[in-house]
Amino acid sequence: MSRRLWPRGLRARLLVAFVLVTVLGAAAAAWASARSASTALVTSTQQQLTSAFTGQIAAITPQLTYPPNQGTLDQLRAAVGPDTLVTYQNLRAADGADTDLVTAGLRDAVRGRNRLVTERIVARDTPWLLVGTPMVITAPDGARTPSGIEVYAVRDLTGVEQQIDSLTRSAGITAAVAVPLAVLLALLAAGSVLRPVREVRDTARKLAAGDLDARSPPKGVDELAELTVTINEMAESVQTSMVAMQRMQADARRFAADVSHELRTPLSTLTAVVEVLADTTEEAEPDARESAQLAIAETHRLVRLVEDLMEVSRFDAGTAQLRLEEVDVAGAVRDCLRARGWLDRVELVAPKELRLRSDRRRLDVVVANLVGNAVRHGEPPVRVQVSATREEVLIEVTDRGPGLPESVLPHVFDRFYKADAARSRTPGSGLGLAIALENARLHGGDLTAGDAEGGGARFVLHLPRDLEDR
Amino acid sequence: MAAILLIEDDPLVRRGLQLALGRHGHDVRTADTGEDGLDELRAARPDLVVLDVMLPGIDGFEVCRRIRAAGEVPVIMLTARGDDFDVVGGLAAGADDYVVKPAQPTVLDARIRAVLRRGPGTPDGLRVHRDLRLDTASLTVSMHGEPVPLTPTEMRLLLTLSGAPGRVFSRQQLLETVWEHDYLGDSRLVDNCVQRLRAKIEADPANPEYVQTVRGFGYRFGPL
Repeated sequence: MSRRLWPRGLRARLLVAFVLVTVLGAAAAAWASARSASTALVTSTQQQLTSAFTGQIAAITPQLTYPPNQGTLDQLRAAVGPDTLVTYQNLRAADGADTDLVTAGLRDAVRGRNRLVTERIVARDTPWLLVGTPMVITAPDGARTPSGIEVYAVRDLTGVEQQIDSLTRSAGITAAVAVPLAVLLALLAAGSVLRPVREVRDTARKLAAGDLDARSPPKGVDELAELTVTINEMAESVQTSMVAMQRMQADARRFAADVSHELRTPLSTLTAVVEVLADTTEEAEPDARESAQLAIAETHRLVRLVEDLMEVSRFDAGTAQLRLEEVDVAGAVRDCLRARGWLDRVELVAPKELRLRSDRRRLDVVVANLVGNAVRHGEPPVRVQVSATREEVLIEVTDRGPGLPESVLPHVFDRFYKADAARSRTPGSGLGLAIALENARLHGGDLTAGDAEGGGARFVLHLPRDLEDR
Repeated sequence: MAAILLIEDDPLVRRGLQLALGRHGHDVRTADTGEDGLDELRAARPDLVVLDVMLPGIDGFEVCRRIRAAGEVPVIMLTARGDDFDVVGGLAAGADDYVVKPAQPTVLDARIRAVLRRGPGTPDGLRVHRDLRLDTASLTVSMHGEPVPLTPTEMRLLLTLSGAPGRVFSRQQLLETVWEHDYLGDSRLVDNCVQRLRAKIEADPANPEYVQTVRGFGYRFGPL
C-alpha cells in the first residue's frame, strides 16, 4: 500500500462519499430514464413504420392479380414506397440501393414463420429497420394460404438514433450538473459535522497543552453537542483534581521549606554556642568533653541537613537560579579540592584554559559531592578527569572501590537513599547526589552513574558549552 | 577587637552570637528591632553593625539603607543561605558583606576583621584621574574638588582597581583581595559594590569611565 486510495481527512471522506452517491444516483436515474425513453421511441417508430407498411400493402392488395407477374410486383412495390423489395419465386422488384440490406436470415424468418418480421441492424454506420412480410391469400371461407409473395422494406432510423443520443447526452449533463451541487451540499454537511468536531479537537489540544481553562461551547442537541458537553465535564473534573493536587503539592513544598526555615533559628543559636563549648572542653571531665564534642558534631550535621533540605525545596519550588559567569573549569575543580583538603588524595587530570559559562558555586557543590563520595565510600586512587567535546564539558570522577551494586544503581540519585545500612553513620544528609543531579540539570546538563572500567564507581557530570546568559 | 552592634530579633540567637563574638574579643552591644538598633547606632557609635535581615517592624534592608544614609559604618548582614532575594536586597541596600545563617562565629569573626581591615592597599600618595582625586594616605576621594564619602569596602575596591589602571580584575580576584573571602565568595558582592561606587563617582553611572565592565571577565579601572 504505497498510496492511499481512500482519502484520510474526515472532510475529504465525506466529500468523496457524498459526491459518489449523488453522481451514481443521478447517473443511474438519468440512464434508466434515457433507456426507457429510447426504448419507447424505437418501439413507437417501429410500430408506426410497420403499420404504414402493412396499411399500404392492404390498400393495394385488391387491385393485384394472382399469380403475379413482374408488373404486378412493380405495382405493389410502387404502392409501398421507396426502398422496397418485392419477391415472388424468382421474380424481384426492387427500388433503392438500400434494399440489398435485406438479409437471407430475415427472408428465412419470413418464410419460416409466415408472418410479419422486423429486424434492426446497423450497416454503413447507419441504423436501419428491416420489415418483411409474406402476403397471405384469404379465401372467402376464411382459409389462409401463403401466396408466395414477400414484401420487404428498408427504413432509415438515423433520426431516431439522434433523438436517443440527445436523450443520453442530456442524462449525462444532468448527472454532471449534480456534481457541483453535490460538492456544495457535501461541504455544508461536512461543515456542520466538522465545525463542532474541530472545536472539540482544539479544546482537547489546549487541555493537553496544560490550559485547563479551555472549554467548547456546545451547540444544538445532537451527539456532537453531547460529546462537547462530555469533554467539558472531563476538563472540569481534571481541572478540579489538578488544582487540588497542585495545592497539596505546593502546601507540602511550602511546609518543607517552612520547617527548614524555622529550624534555622535554633540552629543559629546552637552554631553560635557550640564553639564556646568546644573552647571549654579542655578543662572538663572526659564524659562532659565527649558530650560536648558530640553536640558540636551533630549540630554541624544538622546544619548541613537543613541547608540541603532548603536547597531541595528551592529546586522543587523552581526558584533555584543559575548565576552564570566565565569559569576556568580546571581552576574551579582544583579550588574545590583545595578548599576541602583533598588535593593530595585525588588525582586531577584537566586541560588548561578550558573556560565554561557556568555557576561556580553549583559546580563546586557537585564536584565536592562526587569527590567526597569517592573518598568516603570508594578506594584510592580517586581520579577526577576533565575533558571537553564540541558540545559539552565532562567532569568524570572514578575510584577503585567495590563500585555500585546493580540494586543500588537505579536509586543512587534518590533522596535520602542510603546504599548500605552500615553506612548510615557517614556524615551525609542523604541528599547530596539528588542535589548534584538537580544542579547538573539546572545547567541544562546531566549526571550519570555507572561502573568504571577497572572496577569502582564512575560518575560523569555533563555540562553543555553553549549556555547563553540567563 | 571592635565595638559591634548586633541587631537580631530572636533572643536566644542574639545571646548566643553575643557570647561567641565576645569570646573572639569583640565588645558586642545588641538591639532586638531595627528601630532600637538605629537609636543604639547613634548612641554607641559602633565600628560595625551585624544586622539580621528578618526583623519585625522595619526589616533589615530598610535598616541597612538608613545606616548607610547616616554614615559610613560598615554593615554585615545575616541572611538565609541562597535566598537570593535576601542576598540581593541586602547588597543593594548597601551591606558590605553578608554571612549566611546559621553563622559560625569563626567565619563571622573573620568577615568582621576583613571589613574593618579595609584600609589602604599600598600608600603611594595621590592618584589623579581626570576629575577624580584619590588620596591613599588620608583615604579621601573627591570629584571636581567635592569630597565623596565612601564606605571602607567601596574605598578598598577603588584602591584595588586604580592601583593597576587598565588591568582586568576577575570578580573572584576582587573577592579575594577586597573582601578577603578565602574561596568561592559571592560575585554579587562585587557587582553591587561596583554599582554603589559608580553611583558615587561616575558622572553617568550607565556609561562609566572610571570603573569599566569587561563582559564575561570582570572589571578594570579607566580611563586609559
